[in-house]
Amino acid sequence: MLGLTITQWLFGILSFLAIMFALMVVFTRNPVNSVLYLVLTFFCIAGHYILLNAQFLAVVHIVVYAGAIMVLFLFIIMLMNLNPDAEPRKHIVTRIIAGVIGGVLLFVMVGALKGAEQLQIVQGGPSQIGLVKNLGKVLFSEFLFPFEIASILLLAALVGAIMIGKRDTNTNDKDIINQ
Amino acid sequence: MLNGIPINYYIMLSAVLFIIGAVGVMARRNAIIVFMCIELMLNAVNLLLVAFSTLHNDASGQVFVFFIMAVAAAEVAVGLAILAMVYRNFKSIDIDLLSRLKN
Repeated sequence: MLGLTITQWLFGILSFLAIMFALMVVFTRNPVNSVLYLVLTFFCIAGHYILLNAQFLAVVHIVVYAGAIMVLFLFIIMLMNLNPDAEPRKHIVTRIIAGVIGGVLLFVMVGALKGAEQLQIVQGGPSQIGLVKNLGKVLFSEFLFPFEIASILLLAALVGAIMIGKRDTNTNDKDIINQ
Repeated sequence: MLNGIPINYYIMLSAVLFIIGAVGVMARRNAIIVFMCIELMLNAVNLLLVAFSTLHNDASGQVFVFFIMAVAAAEVAVGLAILAMVYRNFKSIDIDLLSRLKN
């Protein structure tokens, strides 16, 4: 079959699906469908992680992104009850300009990265760094301080999200009285 | 013995995903979709970090991806809280209407 190995077939199929689903995220009008396509894109990227022998990151990616972040997005969208027919659209000129800028950016990136080294990625063989055991050793020795800082960042984000999302009781009471 | 894939292919795939996300940020008016496109761009960068980490057999790249995921989770939590508050006040999440921030 064209002289391609299974890995290369999988890479091609996963890349094609990831790009197609990513395009659908941008071009679908209904936000709920957009979220679901983004989940599919994340599954394709998790497949790429498995191909790169990064099993731990693949699992964390699915758990964190598809499991937590996307559910948060869906929850917010359902909370807002957005009507796909009333979906605001940018002016056609703005959208064309966005497409042209994207095309030029792709052209520049491809041109700049064309001369990247043609090394072969070692797969399946000696690369064992993506396994939980090896990654955990690095994470808890070399990167222990950033790990703790990340926990503080998450705590701060948690408190901040609650403070921002909390209903302002004073103004709210006044609104109710005015109504 | 598995045949490897040239690093160029991963660079191109990441560039394409990143640019799809960038075009989405520029072309859409729904703030939630803009957020999702930012997630897409973050994931393109993550994919490239993992590819180079495997290429150089160095775990630092994968640890970085781990931290990026934590930061992205924090960013999404705060961002969606802001969006929920904005929607409560303005009854809209159209970023063109919200560009003035005040009234």
